[in-house]
Amino acid sequence: MRRIASVENLKVMQERCRKELEKYPMVISICHGMACRATGAVEVANAFEKIVGGSSDIRFIRSGCQGFCERGPLSVVRPANVFYQMLKPKDASEIMQKTVNKGEIVERLLYTHPATGDKVGKEQELEFYAKQYRIVLELNGHIDPFRIEDYFAYGGYSALGKALSEMEPEQVIEEMIEANLRGRGGAGYPAGWKWKSCREAPGEHRHIICNADEGDPGAFMDQAILEGNPHSVIEGMIIGAFAVGGTDGYIYIRHEYPYAVKTFSNALEQARDYGLLGENILGSGFDFDIHLCFGAGAFVCGESSALMRSLQGQVGEPRDKFIHATEQGYRDEPTALNNVETWANVPHIINKGAKWFRGIGTKGSPGTKVFSLVGKVKNTGLIEVPMGMTLREIIYDIGGGIKEDKMFKAVQTGGPSGGMLPESKLDLPVDFDELTEAGSMMGSGGMIVMDEDTCVVDVAKYFIDFLIEESCGKCVPCREGLRQMSKMLHRITDGQGKLKDIDDLEQLGKTVAATALCGLGKSAPNPVLSSIRYFRDEYVAHIVERRCPGGICKAMISYHIVPESCTGCGTCAKVCPYDAIHTVRGQKRKDGLLHEIDLAACEKCGACIEICPEDAIIKKCREVGVPTPEKSPAKRESVA
Amino acid sequence: MDNVSQPREMSPANETEQVVEELVGQWAGDREKLITAMLAIQDKFNWLPPDALDYMARRLNVPKAQVYHIGTFYKVFSLVPRGKHMLHLCMGTACHVRGAPLIADALEREHGIPMGGTSKDGLFTLERVNCVGACAIGPVLLVDGKYYGGMTQNRAGAIIKRLRRQAKKEEHHA
Repeated sequence: MRRIASVENLKVMQERCRKELEKYPMVISICHGMACRATGAVEVANAFEKIVGGSSDIRFIRSGCQGFCERGPLSVVRPANVFYQMLKPKDASEIMQKTVNKGEIVERLLYTHPATGDKVGKEQELEFYAKQYRIVLELNGHIDPFRIEDYFAYGGYSALGKALSEMEPEQVIEEMIEANLRGRGGAGYPAGWKWKSCREAPGEHRHIICNADEGDPGAFMDQAILEGNPHSVIEGMIIGAFAVGGTDGYIYIRHEYPYAVKTFSNALEQARDYGLLGENILGSGFDFDIHLCFGAGAFVCGESSALMRSLQGQVGEPRDKFIHATEQGYRDEPTALNNVETWANVPHIINKGAKWFRGIGTKGSPGTKVFSLVGKVKNTGLIEVPMGMTLREIIYDIGGGIKEDKMFKAVQTGGPSGGMLPESKLDLPVDFDELTEAGSMMGSGGMIVMDEDTCVVDVAKYFIDFLIEESCGKCVPCREGLRQMSKMLHRITDGQGKLKDIDDLEQLGKTVAATALCGLGKSAPNPVLSSIRYFRDEYVAHIVERRCPGGICKAMISYHIVPESCTGCGTCAKVCPYDAIHTVRGQKRKDGLLHEIDLAACEKCGACIEICPEDAIIKKCREVGVPTPEKSPAKRESVA
Repeated sequence: MDNVSQPREMSPANETEQVVEELVGQWAGDREKLITAMLAIQDKFNWLPPDALDYMARRLNVPKAQVYHIGTFYKVFSLVPRGKHMLHLCMGTACHVRGAPLIADALEREHGIPMGGTSKDGLFTLERVNCVGACAIGPVLLVDGKYYGGMTQNRAGAIIKRLRRQAKKEEHHA
């Protein structure tokens, strides 16, 4: 036991840890975010460790996600802040020899600015980082998530000390209300008000819950926080518990995030070891502990009332909210539930004050928001920006624009519950109210960029099908309504749609939104409604012209070989599972065509496009008025 | 607390029950631990064998109907045996727009591994996950928990073929 007995002792501890870190003149931090680990960061880190291992001059850390996932594995060498990207294990020795020993820069590992071709050496000079404002992600990259001592060195748990020694619980709540920190899980309900009603609700026990069931496809903000700086979440939760009078806390974490479970459970143990969890925290007489619980792969459990039922070992079916969770939540006792990012914001607000927090972002939505910027954008990654930044700034300045400089089509915010926004909405400032106004929503912060090669009807269909899978089935509008919407969408993408389907989709969508029981159902039609609102012409193209402008819907496209690019290598013919690619003989061959695709046999599986070394196979959207080639029944049977 | 009932005195009757006892004995009588206990059992057996569930239900004092309610509701649980190698194909939005559905098609067509099912040789089970949070490198395929980014039909095929060869070799040696 290394208990910290009082707030004074905490300060001593922080000072000691800070001095400990200052001993090292140099820091090498290797990003261990999800994407970097998947591209080989673990091997790179091991290579470094072999060389650095035990050095008293170099502090070597495997940090949480540093954000620029597109360029992983990445590392930053401090204090010079040299940013290296796309590392291989063999690069370790070169970096050590040149950068660490001689202070030189290894040019070939630097990021190249795509437009100017310049090499960018410093982290802060990258356009990806330049416009960001990092509060929650500030320490990602600076601390080792497995060491509480690193967090202490950066002033960690000061906010807890301040709350326990200088503030009354009511004051903490006042400060939170003043800060107007809105729930980062998506709904945007002010955390302070939630805490206030939880504190005032009658009951013996009060619970604190951290919602880490980040199920939105295309979103990994919470994962990065849990993996990069787990103690900020724990500190936030303890402060929350102190404010509402909570006795025990729970974190409901996704089973699909094994690494986050590892960092977080390790952090819990360390916090207990130092007496920051348990009895008599920092000598204040306040008791609180956090339990780790696992989700089992149900998207609906991200909904608060479903999550609480799941915590109790039941199926995650939401309930009506005539009675708020703050009065009767987990075990029918008052419960304050917030999302990971919300909790991680709390220590900063207590430390620096509500006034500071309100100075960032917009009037209605103060602070910053973490987004995962993914899809067809050049700089995929995790970003934190002040609320109110426009979509254009996010996608073009931070994101670097669309991959291969294609045309922008839409951006989906808020995951499956959000909507698709078109180019005309790019100057929209991103905050809770503006996005809702535009027919989308903030959601938990997934931001998926789509280019001209994306079909909005197909994406809407994808989201609806996802939500059908994930609907708990308790209420009829969600269970049956979504199924009918999906049927219509499938008809449209299969080329069997009628114009009436669009109106029916709109009407049914509005009905589901108005009558479903929980947030999942109420927001489920958003992708369809928003895509009809902004991209009605694409729906019409599918129905009237039987044409898919994005070139995705299989019923409406055909594959062709471009004679100018084809070298006749025959790889495509070998890989085609339907024997649809033939060598051309006779006159056509003399005209320069070497291979051709039998449109009647082609099932559009895409195997040939993928394998062609010359990119000579293209998808063509059916021209207006040209009939789709009919399939001969015999051929189909032999395939099946 | 009303969620904890008096644990029944019982002793494991066979090997499976012994294993389950070691996993869930600590939560005897605690209904709230049902999902946690089932996750532990699945981690151990790679699926939920009926006799293991039966023992667990008695140990936690939960009706069997409730156990199967949970087992069918949550995605991660499998009530049928799964293959030796687990394939998880990410079907998150980012992976979807980058072509993950075509890879799923190819796995079934070329290698006989249907989505949500197990190949006939019992080697592979393919399941979909809704985003593993590695959107930058999508489409992502997890093979026994290891992440493979930038997935293509071809690369997926190479992995399957390698594992099949390996299995044949092992069989040969055995």
